Amino acid sequence: MAIRIPKPPLPGRRKPPPPQERVNGEVTVKDQAAEVGAGIVGWVDERTGVGGFTKGMLFRKVPKGTNWFYTLGSATMFAFLSQAITGVILAMYYDPDPSRAYDSVQHITNDVFLGSIVRGMHRWGATVMMVLIFLHMGRVFFFGAYKYPRELNWIIGVVLLVMTLMMGLTGYLLPFDQRSFWATIVAVNLNGTAPVLGPYLADFLRAGPEFGATTLTRFYAMHMLLIPGLIAALIGIHLYLVVKLGTTAPPWMKAKLPEPLEKERV
Amino acid sequence: MADRTETERRPGTGENGAHTSRDGAPNGPEPLPKAKMPGYFEGETVTRRALFSGGAMAAGGIAGAAIALPAIGFALGPVFDKVEEVWQDAGPPSDFSPDDYTPKVLTLDTTVGEAGKTTVYIRKGNTSLGERTDEYVAISTRCAHLGCPVRWVSPAQRFVCPCHGGVYNARGEVEAGPPVRPLDRFKTRVQAGTVQIGPRFSVNSKLERFSARDPGEPLDGLWKYLYPKRFSVPGV
Repeated sequence: MAIRIPKPPLPGRRKPPPPQERVNGEVTVKDQAAEVGAGIVGWVDERTGVGGFTKGMLFRKVPKGTNWFYTLGSATMFAFLSQAITGVILAMYYDPDPSRAYDSVQHITNDVFLGSIVRGMHRWGATVMMVLIFLHMGRVFFFGAYKYPRELNWIIGVVLLVMTLMMGLTGYLLPFDQRSFWATIVAVNLNGTAPVLGPYLADFLRAGPEFGATTLTRFYAMHMLLIPGLIAALIGIHLYLVVKLGTTAPPWMKAKLPEPLEKERV
Repeated sequence: MADRTETERRPGTGENGAHTSRDGAPNGPEPLPKAKMPGYFEGETVTRRALFSGGAMAAGGIAGAAIALPAIGFALGPVFDKVEEVWQDAGPPSDFSPDDYTPKVLTLDTTVGEAGKTTVYIRKGNTSLGERTDEYVAISTRCAHLGCPVRWVSPAQRFVCPCHGGVYNARGEVEAGPPVRPLDRFKTRVQAGTVQIGPRFSVNSKLERFSARDPGEPLDGLWKYLYPKRFSVPGV
């Protein structure tokens, strides 16, 4: 008696593509290109199942009344992405050494090709992100979108807001001119005025009792590595919860009740 | 057992019915004996699975701590690292008078170039201010509000801060504005005919000395307990 080996379950085959209209019965270059593209997408999808995830994320149902205010969160995220991309490019030229930081920023602004544009995007983008994140918070608050079951997402949003403010604080020092130097002195002293732990927090931020070279490198490391990493991770959780819980209808939309209850509505 | 026949077929009809038939345990069939895992023996206290999962978690925890603890200590190190006392020459005693301040530039931090330098206002002790004539008063320019640099305005005999309107008198005591304590001072001494400036210290409104505090931290009354001495600065 032959041994029966159980067959491993295989994913079903994809549907064959609909027959293309051929010109004179010949396969055109366009057909071949489409075939290659579909092949690559199918290959990846078969091995990751990313198609279902993408569909669920991008084609999810949204409530009636969804409007432009609902784009403020995405707008904030794209402002962050813009900051991340321009920041990575700026890091290629920036030098966090106290004797060269100011000159390297001048070099970026005045000498590097498109340097003033990229630095301007980063500098003004920071303000744009700050405005957008507050507008997004206002939208969530006034639409009541922080209520059950979305409280955790509100809390994560608050942490993201604080981290965005920390990005502003740490980034302000990096041009290392008079304004950023004294603003950082004042900001660190403000942190120091927290009772009991404040003095130690100020020492932590400065890496010692006086402003020194390690203060600049410390702020730089926080600005480009520590806080952006945390922001990116928290945006991931934030988005996961948005997709999982769905968005809320605006407060002026009335839910439609079943017929018998609709009659009782006052 | 008495009420069993009455209620067992009518779950959810009332409190009695729900009580006896929903949980099922007292009246239902005997529960199956729990399946024994491979390697089970009579009197075992820890299953193989629990031991291994606990061991794996402990090993992971140790590995994580081995990375995280040095990293955190590395970042927090400067908070506990005491800086050395440095004394710098400020000039001969003839540079200074008891009636007016002489500005001198000192280096607070050698690693940041010009940014590590600061102006210090120095004068001889003045008997009309209750000071000895052989001592020197060295006032820090760091405003006690938020750390902006104050300037000595000689005609007005006042220190004035450009940022938020802090004003101090000739002894560095607050006359107006938001500062919470007098201007900080530096230790002074005369060695080999030269006035030397040492570490910074803070004073409260009675000019009692405290180890150097950051601006914005009051030192009167109970406040001195809310803003304790830092590990990084030398004592008074």
